Amino acid sequence: MLAALTDSVAESRRRRAGRRGLVVGLLLALLAATFLLTLLLGQSFTPPQDILRTLLGEDVPGVAFTVGQLRLPRALLAILAGLSFGLGGVAFQIMLRNPLASPDIIGISWGASAAAVIAIVVFGLKGPAVSVLAVVAGLGVALLVYALSFRNGVAGTRLILVGIGVSAMLESVIAYILSTAPAWTLQEALRWLTGSVNGAQLGAMLPLLAALAVFGGLLLGHGRDLEALRLGDDTAAALGVRVGRTRVLVIAAAVGMIASATAICGPIAFVAFLSGPIAARIVGNNGSLPVPAALVGAALVLVGDYCGQFLLPSRYPVGVVTGALGAPYLIFLIVRVNRSGGSL
Amino acid sequence: MTSGAVTAGRRPPPAGRAHRLPALWLLLLAAALVVLAALSVAIGTRDVGLGDILAALGGRIETIAEAAVAMRIPRTLLALLAGGALGLAGAIMQGVTRNPLADPGILGVNMGASLAVVVGVAWFEIASAYAYIFTAILGAGAAAAFVYVIGSLGRGGATPLKLALAGAATSIAFSSLVIAVVLPRADIAGGIRAWQVGGVGGATFERIHPVLPFLAAGFVVALLSARKLNALALGDELAAGLGEHVAATRAIAAFAAILLCGATTAVCGPIAFVGLVVPHLCRLLAGSDHRWLLPFSALGGAGLLLAADIVGRIIARPAELDVGIVTAFIGAPFFIWIVRRQRVRDL
Repeated sequence: MLAALTDSVAESRRRRAGRRGLVVGLLLALLAATFLLTLLLGQSFTPPQDILRTLLGEDVPGVAFTVGQLRLPRALLAILAGLSFGLGGVAFQIMLRNPLASPDIIGISWGASAAAVIAIVVFGLKGPAVSVLAVVAGLGVALLVYALSFRNGVAGTRLILVGIGVSAMLESVIAYILSTAPAWTLQEALRWLTGSVNGAQLGAMLPLLAALAVFGGLLLGHGRDLEALRLGDDTAAALGVRVGRTRVLVIAAAVGMIASATAICGPIAFVAFLSGPIAARIVGNNGSLPVPAALVGAALVLVGDYCGQFLLPSRYPVGVVTGALGAPYLIFLIVRVNRSGGSL
Repeated sequence: MTSGAVTAGRRPPPAGRAHRLPALWLLLLAAALVVLAALSVAIGTRDVGLGDILAALGGRIETIAEAAVAMRIPRTLLALLAGGALGLAGAIMQGVTRNPLADPGILGVNMGASLAVVVGVAWFEIASAYAYIFTAILGAGAAAAFVYVIGSLGRGGATPLKLALAGAATSIAFSSLVIAVVLPRADIAGGIRAWQVGGVGGATFERIHPVLPFLAAGFVVALLSARKLNALALGDELAAGLGEHVAATRAIAAFAAILLCGATTAVCGPIAFVGLVVPHLCRLLAGSDHRWLLPFSALGGAGLLLAADIVGRIIARPAELDVGIVTAFIGAPFFIWIVRRQRVRDL
């Protein structure tokens, strides 16, 4: 009897793991296909063999510039930023057990963005210094929102509402700083208000890559503890998870990733918020979300940027596309939660 | 905890004094407005003497100082009107939705007006002041209806969290769309970007004149609906039992609020948080009777926006801080304070 039960549990576990592996594989394949498409097809078509030769370091006339300097950095930045937003976002959503508690809704992305704008426009800083400031500011805003919503413990509702208030203030800071900057910086302005991967350069991506490796590794390394937090703090503690320590670690890692990505491409609207729920929809009740969510995030930014560049009547930064896509989804989420009788 | 003790200690005044006390506060508020208006005319980037002010008020604009004062007069007037309209609109929205976080900015109504104006300018080439105002009111109305419907779906009706989220989502979507419309149009981008921060600088009597009928209609309808809002505050069932047409009351009051904030947004751009802060502060003075609360909110809103405008002129000298940024800095902490004060169950 017991043996049959453990067998069936083991069997269903294997099945779930199998399905999750399949989903991750499919997502990876989709990502690779989109990546290739963005390299091949821009304003003009570039034959695959030319791309291959460029990637191997040969100097193919014309292609070396369009692919090596324009398309490849852009696609890579889109993927890195998407991975960071997706992973950071889903970590917050799991930890706070609320899909709405994503860093872009509770103000963390806006904090990083405001810091980056001030660093660039007011102090004239560049490169890693901007990233560091953005990470510090993101952590600061996370702490502030957490502290402000603390009253006999943190309630998710209060945290989200406090975050909306803080975001509104930060947005007006950004709008003000930008309004003092000269008019020809409009493109730059849009980056900090909606997010964009325009002007990507391979060298500038190094801080982001480093942040993703360190913080992403940290997060995935604590994946089991994070999953346990989903069951509630008490249950997680009973399972042997050190709740306080895990929470601090998860916040630090997620904010670090989100803020480093924001420092380079601005707060790409809603990617952090959308990736988790979409991944959950695809994976189903089959366990761990972080890796699928990160892949979904990368796909969202890559596809969104491609649409913004080539499929719409005029060129838009990726944040405009994801912003216009994400808001209806947020509304759908509100409507669905209401239907199912849950309370927001 | 202490705040709970304080509110518990504040008893409602005995019936005989109930009408005298708010009336006194209302007079004080009006006096404060006069002082603020005087300050607003006197203070600015350029220091002016009393003689210049009196000369400019008399219609003379011969020296630079007199010209500066002459520019501050319509600006002061616009700040008073816009602030009054936003304060009143906020009080009505909080009454109609019975929701402490309702505000034309938070609920995305101002952003709706913005989007409508931007689309009108970019695609339909609207240029006349009346076309601006009509488009803005239309956009405000559509956004308000949309956010309210989304926020009140499902169990528990329009809870503060659902409304705030629906408003935030709608605002983000609308601002993405605003950017999408503006981006290919370099010819209108600069003007729209300046307008979107929200400000009363650069006001002229010619720009104020067209909104006056809309604001007047909004003020009258709003103040007339005060008694009905009192009935709504008792809850829908009780209000219906008292013979009120609940849906009609809501619609009329909301229409007034939309007129007020649509017209204001058309002239000043979206200004957030005035409608949130003012009714809460006024409730401390006037209690929750809308017959007092609405006039209080109108005067209080006028005072707050004017004060914010003056502060914006002082702290960034010789430049100016747009009033929309100052109100966001006053308003966002206040919003957080309200959120913290509520019990979680009520959110």
